Amino acid sequence: MKLNELTIKEASQKMAKGEITSAELTKACLARIKEIDKKIKACLTVCEKEASKEAKEADKRRSRGEKGDLLGIPYIAKDNILTKGVKTTAASKILENYIAPFDATIIKKLKEAGAILLAKSNLDEFAHGASTENSAFGPTHNPWDLTRVPGGSSGGSAAAVAADMCLFALGTDTGGSIRCPASFCGVVGLKPTYGRASRFGLIAMTSSTDVPGPITKTIEDAAIVLEAIAGHDKNDATTPDMEVPVYGKFLEKNLKGLKIGRPEEYFGQGLEKGVKEAVEKAIVKLEELGAKIIPIKLPYAKYGIPVYYIITPSEISSNLARFDGVKYGLSSKEAKDLKEIYTKSRGKGFGPEAKRRIMLGTYVLSAGYYDAYYLQAQKVRTKIKEELDFELEKLDAIITPTQPSPAFRIGEQSDDPLKMYLEDIFVTGASLAGLPAVSIPCGFSSGLPVGMQLIGKRFDEGMLFRIGNAYEKATEWDGKKPET
Amino acid sequence: MKLTKEEIKHIADLARLELTDDELKKYGSQLSAVLNYINQLKEVDTTDIEPTAQVTGLENALREDVKEDWDKREGQEAFRQAPELESGQIKVKRVL
Repeated sequence: MKLNELTIKEASQKMAKGEITSAELTKACLARIKEIDKKIKACLTVCEKEASKEAKEADKRRSRGEKGDLLGIPYIAKDNILTKGVKTTAASKILENYIAPFDATIIKKLKEAGAILLAKSNLDEFAHGASTENSAFGPTHNPWDLTRVPGGSSGGSAAAVAADMCLFALGTDTGGSIRCPASFCGVVGLKPTYGRASRFGLIAMTSSTDVPGPITKTIEDAAIVLEAIAGHDKNDATTPDMEVPVYGKFLEKNLKGLKIGRPEEYFGQGLEKGVKEAVEKAIVKLEELGAKIIPIKLPYAKYGIPVYYIITPSEISSNLARFDGVKYGLSSKEAKDLKEIYTKSRGKGFGPEAKRRIMLGTYVLSAGYYDAYYLQAQKVRTKIKEELDFELEKLDAIITPTQPSPAFRIGEQSDDPLKMYLEDIFVTGASLAGLPAVSIPCGFSSGLPVGMQLIGKRFDEGMLFRIGNAYEKATEWDGKKPET
Repeated sequence: MKLTKEEIKHIADLARLELTDDELKKYGSQLSAVLNYINQLKEVDTTDIEPTAQVTGLENALREDVKEDWDKREGQEAFRQAPELESGQIKVKRVL
């Protein structure tokens, strides 16, 4: 087995035994990026020199007796997460040459744990999308079929993990942006509870649902990464001062007596046959493992997308107002006055989807429409949240498909924004309610990966790891690799 | 519901976006389609329902109001990102 194909756990055990070094591991990942990324285009910036230097430093730390599962582990970060001294573009022309003066809190924490930043990965511009086609620098290709999208918006991160360019990657999830690409690329993607991991240093999209999280090869690895990045941050007032559990202890438990809800609305019309079969089989497997499957109803779930596409553009129109051509980023040279600096820099710098969302948000927040759209959406959001909370009170988790179908072809629906928004049908609920949710590989449909989604109670990521790990150990989907 | 070209122009102006004629036309029909779709929310009865903006129940995270100096080099790096500097300050076009 090649070193870049190892999981975090396997690699750290080998490093602890002295069988391999971080320098070798990092070299293997960089070589894999060189070999394959011409075809996949997951990386926007590769930090070869810095990574090689940091790997040697990690080896020194280990030789001095330091321990830790992430010490010397190479990873890739989505390019909307600030990294000091390394370009952060958000896959936008408006930030094409932006270099952040500081690290995001989660990057800082990973640095302290000794993880090695290999590269910054592609995304839909400012994380607006479900396919990574909205990147100003071109789409990423799915390692399972290069003519298809990797999902989005963390498409580069998921494709990089699926193609073994790194041992894990960081993504951000606002309305499915970790779970969707994880499902399309056949890897594990965890959206933690809102506030579980700090947003400080993330390029803000929808501040009321944004959350960073891991994309990994196994559930165990996701638990390792979450433990490292989670916790209170004085720079993010929405991170509660709660202890971060030792997530490893959840992995040993079996599923006997657990109750998992199956919402009928998530298994009806519009669900592709192969996806449905794979998720139904997974449900049978969970029953065999001792869990009890409880049929539930979530009648407000169908309003998730309309609510999301009011709240999200609203917050985007506000958050993206900071890109004004004055302080940093693209600045129009043709502007004659201050207003033209704004209009021309933004008109030139933002891509089509960012512009659409800014305008939609501006419209629904504008005088006369606020009550009808934004306020009504926030009220329906309450209904969606209450309904999920009510069901989860009696349950340990909820199971659904992650996406209604497997990865679609590049270009297939990029001209129809509304059709693209409908991709988010199963993932927006957990985002609007701030609940943790994970996508786990559970089979294939016509040779393309299928993911199932587990939604848990707020701050109960441990339960998702417990169910996910038991399922993963009882099946072999996590060992399947694309041929590219 | 169909947004007129004038409405789209007005929204773009509020959002400080300069758009080409092609863009105005394209976004006009795309935004109308999205608005028609999200209009289904009107059918939900939300009488006496409180709006939700915060989901974890955290309230008023307070801290001491003390000044913290920014690392000097980080500050310089931040300034270096500006398109135009003069005497250590970011230069903008005149406002009045």
